[in-house]
Amino acid sequence: MSEIETTSALRVRNLRKSFQEVIAVDGIDLEVRAGECFGLLGPNGAGKTTTVEICEGLTEPDAGEVEVLGRRWASDADALRQRLGIQLQETQLSDKLTVVETLNLFRSFFGQGPTPGEVIALVQLEEKRHAKVVTLSGGQKQRLALACSLVGDPDLLFLDEPTTGLDPQARRQVWDLIEEFRRAGRTILLTTHYMEEAERLCDRVAIMDHGRVIARGSPRELIEDLDRQGKPLTELRARTATLEDVFVSLTGHHLRDE
Amino acid sequence: MSESLPQTRRQTSTPGRAGLGHPLLQLVLVRIREFAREPEAVFWAIFFPILLTVGLGVAFRNRPAEVLPVVTSSSTLASALRQDPALDVTELAADAAADLLSSGKVVLLVEPSADGSVVYRYDDTNPEGRTARLLADRAIQRAAGRADPVPFSDRLVREAGSRYIDFVVPGLVGLGIMSNTLWGLGFSIVDSRRRKLIKRLMATPMSRTDYLLSHLFWRMMVLVVEVGVPVGFGVLAFGVPVRGRLLDLVVLCVLASLAFSAMGLLCASRARTIEGVSGLINLAQVPMWILSGVFFTSERFPDAAQPFIRALPLTALIDALRAHMLWGASLPQLAPQLGTLGAWLVVCFALALKLFRWR
Repeated sequence: MSEIETTSALRVRNLRKSFQEVIAVDGIDLEVRAGECFGLLGPNGAGKTTTVEICEGLTEPDAGEVEVLGRRWASDADALRQRLGIQLQETQLSDKLTVVETLNLFRSFFGQGPTPGEVIALVQLEEKRHAKVVTLSGGQKQRLALACSLVGDPDLLFLDEPTTGLDPQARRQVWDLIEEFRRAGRTILLTTHYMEEAERLCDRVAIMDHGRVIARGSPRELIEDLDRQGKPLTELRARTATLEDVFVSLTGHHLRDE
Repeated sequence: MSESLPQTRRQTSTPGRAGLGHPLLQLVLVRIREFAREPEAVFWAIFFPILLTVGLGVAFRNRPAEVLPVVTSSSTLASALRQDPALDVTELAADAAADLLSSGKVVLLVEPSADGSVVYRYDDTNPEGRTARLLADRAIQRAAGRADPVPFSDRLVREAGSRYIDFVVPGLVGLGIMSNTLWGLGFSIVDSRRRKLIKRLMATPMSRTDYLLSHLFWRMMVLVVEVGVPVGFGVLAFGVPVRGRLLDLVVLCVLASLAFSAMGLLCASRARTIEGVSGLINLAQVPMWILSGVFFTSERFPDAAQPFIRALPLTALIDALRAHMLWGASLPQLAPQLGTLGAWLVVCFALALKLFRWR
């Protein structure tokens, strides 16, 4: 993909954000191209969520520029909200509402988009349509959260750790969904600390640590770079490097923890 | 899983709100559903006021005028005292009679003296003792031949509007509006914040005004039950009067509900935990439980405290409810109370908007 053919869905320049003494984001540049799935990787506390929440217009940056779908939060917040799909880490939807009632609420905020019934079919929760949220499994809750982010037919989806805490089957169901969204032409920015997830879903990734981007490129490029450098793999096994090896090699957390 | 997915997303996108109506409608529906599916909340709003009204109604039901227990050691005096049906006379030896008084089982001891005079022993700070003293003296003087120079007759007044139950029902209605509104709003908002649901909603195009208004509208709907149930029950079961115009009562209760909603929003504006908001709500409402005249008139507190007590929103509400229900006051006559409630509404709402933590 060349720069000339594609437009940017998200452009971030020299982004900075501190909370009291802690520097969460320390001068980040990012570009997410329209139609791609971009992964923001990094260990816990690397600044991924802060970065994403600034892009989502939920957190004010201390410095830097954010351009979402060619617009800025300061001047176009209302219009932007209509075009974004957002899934936050750790949102607990209201236990006492049913699946369809939850989606009715979220759908009512948007001026366009699929009906709640269509989104329920999309995330395969038809059987749970009238079930209260409290009765859903972790995977079903996560699919409902995804459904909530899709009711406005968004051009750009932000998914913050969409599979954290899910069992392997539920995780694969969510992956299938994300792959479908991507195939349907949506732009996706997702954060994760599962390298397997990023390798499978993302066209390009940026690896963050201590508030900075320390590597970027397609998963394949990053793995090839590592192989060229001839760094040792994390386990003594005869195999090619994975994105996990890239991650550990760059962030060194396994070594730091020891 | 891929079969169920439409080929392109634009095909599934329908313009408009998919027949769901204004977001405010959906937000209010959410409030009502969350409330109706919380059995405890429904209990506090509906059944608790009924139970309390019944309990107080039974405890303070109208009994025949109290018969006062008195004791004497003289049989002559005893027969004189028995002429008054309001006195329950016991005749005992002097020592035993004194014991009965000191243990509080009688309110008056009538002792004969050697010179033919009579000594009344009683506690003058006890109204029953004073009443018994007057009745006993009248009975003894009459028995000794005193004639009353002015003829008289008694006409007993026990009409609706002047009983304790008439006094306490408006108090309970006011207390119910305050308590339910503060707890209902406080819990609902802080629980949403704790779940990061407010933050999630802020990530949609939802308007903040709609969000806050949905809480106010929901409280308006609960208000119908909150006021209707205890007032209706009081009217039907105890004949409590509602002498003012119904429309005036509605206006008064709506304004009060808005004022307490604003106070609830303020209590919930920053708190991140249920414990945090509970402390604030208690801080706000406990002084009013005590001072605002729910169960007895707030005029019993010292004069110096009265300006403060008058300025409390619950005092304003309860005073206005009593004036409306018992004395038929109209809105212009309730202007001071309405003004107080309005001021609380404006100040609390402005502060809540300024302080509210939208995440």
